[in-house]
Amino acid sequence: MAYLQILFPLLMAGIAALIKSNKWRPLLLPVAAIPHMGMTLYALVTPKMAYTGEWLQLDPPGKLILLVVSILFLFCSLYAVPYLMHRKERPNRLFIVCMIAFLSTMSLVTWAQHLGLIWVAIEATTLITAPLIYFNHTQFSIEATWKYLLIGSVGIAMALLGTFFMAYASLHAGLDVTLNYATILKNAPHLSKIWLHLAFILLLVGYGTKMGLAPMHTWKPDAYGESPGIVGAIFAGGITSCAFLALLRIYHICCAANEGAYVSKLLLVVGFLSMATAALFMIRQRDLKRMLAYSSIEHMGILVIGLGIGVPALFGTLLHVITNCLTKGVLFLSVGNIHRAYGSKNIDHVQGALRLLPLSGSMFLLGFFAITGSPPFGPFISEFAILNGAFSAQKYLIGSGYLALLLLVFIGMGATVLSAVQGKTPASVTEKKIFRDGLITGAPILGLMALVLLLGVYIPAPLRDLLNDAVRFLGGQ
Amino acid sequence: MTNILNAILVIILVLNLFTLGTSRILTVIRIVAIQGFLLGFLPLLAHNHFSLASILIVLTTMILKAFVIPSMMSQALRDAQIKREFEPLIGILPSIILGALATVFALLFTSHIPLAQEHTGTLIVPSSIATILIGFIIVTTRFKALSQVIGYLILENGIFIFGLLLMGAMPMIVEMGVLLDLFVAIFVSCIIISKINKSFSSMDTRILSSLKE
Repeated sequence: MAYLQILFPLLMAGIAALIKSNKWRPLLLPVAAIPHMGMTLYALVTPKMAYTGEWLQLDPPGKLILLVVSILFLFCSLYAVPYLMHRKERPNRLFIVCMIAFLSTMSLVTWAQHLGLIWVAIEATTLITAPLIYFNHTQFSIEATWKYLLIGSVGIAMALLGTFFMAYASLHAGLDVTLNYATILKNAPHLSKIWLHLAFILLLVGYGTKMGLAPMHTWKPDAYGESPGIVGAIFAGGITSCAFLALLRIYHICCAANEGAYVSKLLLVVGFLSMATAALFMIRQRDLKRMLAYSSIEHMGILVIGLGIGVPALFGTLLHVITNCLTKGVLFLSVGNIHRAYGSKNIDHVQGALRLLPLSGSMFLLGFFAITGSPPFGPFISEFAILNGAFSAQKYLIGSGYLALLLLVFIGMGATVLSAVQGKTPASVTEKKIFRDGLITGAPILGLMALVLLLGVYIPAPLRDLLNDAVRFLGGQ
Repeated sequence: MTNILNAILVIILVLNLFTLGTSRILTVIRIVAIQGFLLGFLPLLAHNHFSLASILIVLTTMILKAFVIPSMMSQALRDAQIKREFEPLIGILPSIILGALATVFALLFTSHIPLAQEHTGTLIVPSSIATILIGFIIVTTRFKALSQVIGYLILENGIFIFGLLLMGAMPMIVEMGVLLDLFVAIFVSCIIISKINKSFSSMDTRILSSLKE
């Protein structure tokens, strides 16, 4: 199954490269995404299918990430068809090839059980997604792509060094030199401490760069700001989740090596720094997409803080990966529609989105309430579970700091969002009628929103079991 | 074997300093190509064993690092019609001194972390760390986009040197994956550089500063 999930999208990407028609090519996206989704579900329900050898198998955290990113990609692919048809002036061959190939590398990240292979897969996602940022071919998008490529490559190179250090930690301790995840986990208590510490720092920097944790986040507002909304959704929901999975595996190894306390301190520092940076830059942010980029930085911070708190917050953290991923899909896709209708993403021009675009505007507003942790949406449950974890672990200071930052973000983000959706639509925009809400561009957003709402009201039993499995797997109980 | 290994590592360290010491970008590309060629030999010297897999990796490394990547970069350089790195953030002489300090730091650092018995006699760890640091120096202090890519390549070379300690931990497929990723990274960067060059008529990354708060 692993090979199928990795090779099938590659094949589709190859076909996309061969198709000449700019008009029909976008249809390949759902054609690739729907069978991939089917394979994901099949692998999830049939235990036999989740194993393709020692290096490629789905463990509970891998299953979670594969599931959620597949869902996000499916909705994005449905949205992409009308989007790319609307933007038929732009050649979309490279864009579609890279989008579909991302599905392949993403699958590899979730299946891989070898730290070296995980690194290769994450680096591949970096490279395959760089052309996506460049879709608009403007000077700004070149600048954003360059920053992403340079910062991302240097960051991910640190992760490679960290992976090597991890292997050296076994070598130095006289163990078998391997980067096989299961073997390292088994040997973890005997690993050389100093090399493990160094490895963790480098891996945190490396995968943290891809997640967009402060202070390695500088590429993120530029990349998210200059790329189409759909790319933002793939980045903020997909790539960050994949990088988080890689970090999760490293965290797991360190905890198994009884280094939880050391790791937790670093994670908390980076997490709070990210949240604080995001909160600060979100205040008076006038650019909607950049605002969402900072929101993504904030939520990566929340995830890392959740890990830092430890086992009591683990359920919430894993749930938050899912809720964040889906909500980011809602936000970026709806902001993509707003951007197109207004021809701008700056709130100097974007006003009265609720009137001009009743569907996208209201989804954007609801997405804002969801992502800032208002009930009854999914992120409320997961953010609350993390808070609960902090208090039950008797980390009151961390819990209250986290709460204060959440509040700050709510205020900062709220001011920008409200001024975009309320008020009167500028006359210049109403006259032009570049783009109006339609069901085809709206339905994927509605679908994602429905899932976000569902997770806030009720977590389906299979998902709850999967989350509990993952918590048990990582918590070592 | 260890002596030859160390000798090559010393040459690599000296080449690092040369890259800092010249502003002609074509010369830097050539130096890095030589460095890549020498790096290719190291796995054979470090392990004394010649399996088919290891020879395949050695050959791929050499072809990629000594020929393919440098020729891609010199092509990008020709297209851009520039020759030199003007006004780096810090001048040529100070950056050589900085590079030398980085090398000393790497040696000191290595003497403070515990190494496995069989690795204490070689220069692998210090030269790896020194090369990585020098890669960093180039990425951060040079402003031409191509120079930054060269810095990244040197940084990768440093990591490659560290990888010599771990033959066996990285199965061949993963090693090949790493090399493929490196190749694609440089390839994509070169394309973006040519785009930068086309739309800004310059390769200076200081002009890439319109996106900020």
